[in-house]
Amino acid sequence: MADTQTRPERRTSEARRRWEGSGEPLLQIRGLAKHFPLQQGIVFKKTVGHVRAVDGVDLTVDRAETVGLVGESGCGKSTVSKLLVALERPTAGEIVYKGEDVSQMRGSALKDYRREVQMIFQDPYSSLNPRMTAGDIVAEGWAVHPDVAPRKGRDKRIRDLLDRVGLNADYANRYPHQFSGGQRQRIGIARALAMSPELIVCDEPVSALDVSVQAQVMNLLEDLQKDLGLSYLFIAHDLSVVRHISHRVSVMYLGRIVETGTDADVYGHPSHPYTQALLSSVPVHEPALRGKGDRILLSGDVPSPANPPSGCRFRTRCWKAQDVCAEEDPQLRDRGQGHPSACHFAEDHQVVPTTDDLPG
Amino acid sequence: MTSPVHGSGGSHAAGTRIDDAQATASPRTGAPVLEVDDLHVEFRSRGPVVNAVNGVSYSIAPGETMAILGESGCGKSVSAQAIMGILDVPPAHITGAIRFEGRDMLQMGAEEQRKIRGPGVSMIFQDALSALNPVYSVGDQIGEMFRAHQGASKKEARDRAVELMDRVRIPAARQRVDDYPHQFSGGMRQRVMIAMALALDPKVLIADEPTTALDVTVQAQVMDLLKDLQRDTGMGLILITHDLGVVNEVADRVAVMYAGKVVETGSIDDVFTRPAHPYTRGLMSSIPVLDGKGQRLNPIVGAPPSLARIPAGCSFHPRCPMARRGDGGRPDCAGDVPPLREVAAGRRAACHYSEELLHG
Repeated sequence: MADTQTRPERRTSEARRRWEGSGEPLLQIRGLAKHFPLQQGIVFKKTVGHVRAVDGVDLTVDRAETVGLVGESGCGKSTVSKLLVALERPTAGEIVYKGEDVSQMRGSALKDYRREVQMIFQDPYSSLNPRMTAGDIVAEGWAVHPDVAPRKGRDKRIRDLLDRVGLNADYANRYPHQFSGGQRQRIGIARALAMSPELIVCDEPVSALDVSVQAQVMNLLEDLQKDLGLSYLFIAHDLSVVRHISHRVSVMYLGRIVETGTDADVYGHPSHPYTQALLSSVPVHEPALRGKGDRILLSGDVPSPANPPSGCRFRTRCWKAQDVCAEEDPQLRDRGQGHPSACHFAEDHQVVPTTDDLPG
Repeated sequence: MTSPVHGSGGSHAAGTRIDDAQATASPRTGAPVLEVDDLHVEFRSRGPVVNAVNGVSYSIAPGETMAILGESGCGKSVSAQAIMGILDVPPAHITGAIRFEGRDMLQMGAEEQRKIRGPGVSMIFQDALSALNPVYSVGDQIGEMFRAHQGASKKEARDRAVELMDRVRIPAARQRVDDYPHQFSGGMRQRVMIAMALALDPKVLIADEPTTALDVTVQAQVMDLLKDLQRDTGMGLILITHDLGVVNEVADRVAVMYAGKVVETGSIDDVFTRPAHPYTRGLMSSIPVLDGKGQRLNPIVGAPPSLARIPAGCSFHPRCPMARRGDGGRPDCAGDVPPLREVAAGRRAACHYSEELLHG
């Protein structure tokens, strides 16, 4: 499959050349924010506030690395993915890709960026055009980026790509409705691969799939990473899935990252109360581990991102909250627990029961 | 299942019907309050006949939690909808028996059935927003149960709605009773639906994917609430889900469904630690674990069959590793339908080679 990995390098800017020698991460996000205006009135629109969907997110992704982003609905993880593929413009902060700020990119630079950073969507039903065949869907991107695939070998390339994602290459002429959910997700993956990307943003790529099929797609994503050296930003709400596939994990709450570290750090030694509550809520699959974990039940709901609490955003639901939490916004840093956590009272507390803890 | 007892009338003494799975697994042994016996549901409309449920039998005792586990399209929800009498007949065609306290609901008239729905059996659904009526306040919808079934006055119904909202732990119930469904969060809406279902103290509650649409911390709250309510009322709980973790944490027994059939039943500990059917085993090895990185996932090949074209013989055989053993596979898997038979004390499985799985 060396064929699918031709990466056209048309243009090398000063910044990108400097980045290549520096050993800096492929992608760096610093202080990223997206505020959506809340408007009132019909004729005269008046902005009455902002929904702070993403409010100061730092994140890095290295080459051939998978970074997991977990959080509950409304925490802003999907907005991060939209900002990353340049579907939305950030309110503040920067996305630095190969040494260049994406918001400063124009013209061919932006076009290149959009080719190199691809996306896989959650819903394999609505993310494929029902009137296009699988082959046309995979090849559609080449209309915009013709230099990725020479015109002559395209049919062969489509067959190779379908084969690469585990679909019968003869299915290129079938329509999306003739495929099952798992197969459709594979078409979506082939479409992303057709652009010879460097980074794939996976927004809940397996949430809509049944468990037996979910495992097939996760294995495929792992194989592709190993063979092609891809980087993934893997966004999901299923904590077990994220741990399985990620090298590093960041936990989001109400537009901020509250804890970040390797999968062993975050799952084995969670130090932010929210991470602890989140992990302790996940039902365990092993009968022997039932009831062994330290169950932390949160009360209430997530506050509105239009009006987040002062200081620490989690303090309204936190059992550790003190006066300082309302006054001072805790920075995401290591307070002696071994990895960064945005809590004034960060403390390692194991909540996930493991088979090692069992007697015998 | 063992030979069904017909015409035993209202008195249904323990022992008339031997159900070993229940006798050994659940300490709360008693006469089953609800029995489903050889239930078949077909959908006949234009196109091929869809065999959604093909001979499903299970029973539930007071205070017991029985999980029905399966992937999408396995017939788990349709079997529950048949119990509730909410399938449109035609196109649905239902045969078999559904006995509530010994009386077959399928033989009853509509009015008699209606008297069981509510005080006898009630149901909660996955998507609370679409299950609730958007143009009535939640108080009206909960109170309607008392008005329709008990002829309560408007004021009385409203008071009892407040009581129920308190019981399902909706904060400030008296202030919120006149609010509409859209004014509640997802978790609170689910509680409203639970309140409606519990209004008439049902003997059996069917919960169809009650927490699938909820975030994990809210899921933990709702499951906790359901368990507490069950303890207080002694109702039987049928929990329909695809989430193995939820099953492990709350259920006493499990029935695993595949292609419209129960393929395995038994206590959670037995089924989860030593599955007796290759499908159950495949599900177990498809899920990533939370407490460690784990190995590469070992998914089931292929996808579940269409219910309009269920494979002959064992419906799982095209995906089954057991069926492929030996020279050229095992002919009986493709030829003979394996009956759901006792494979160990208190356990049933529908596989020709269960013993090999258990002891081999």
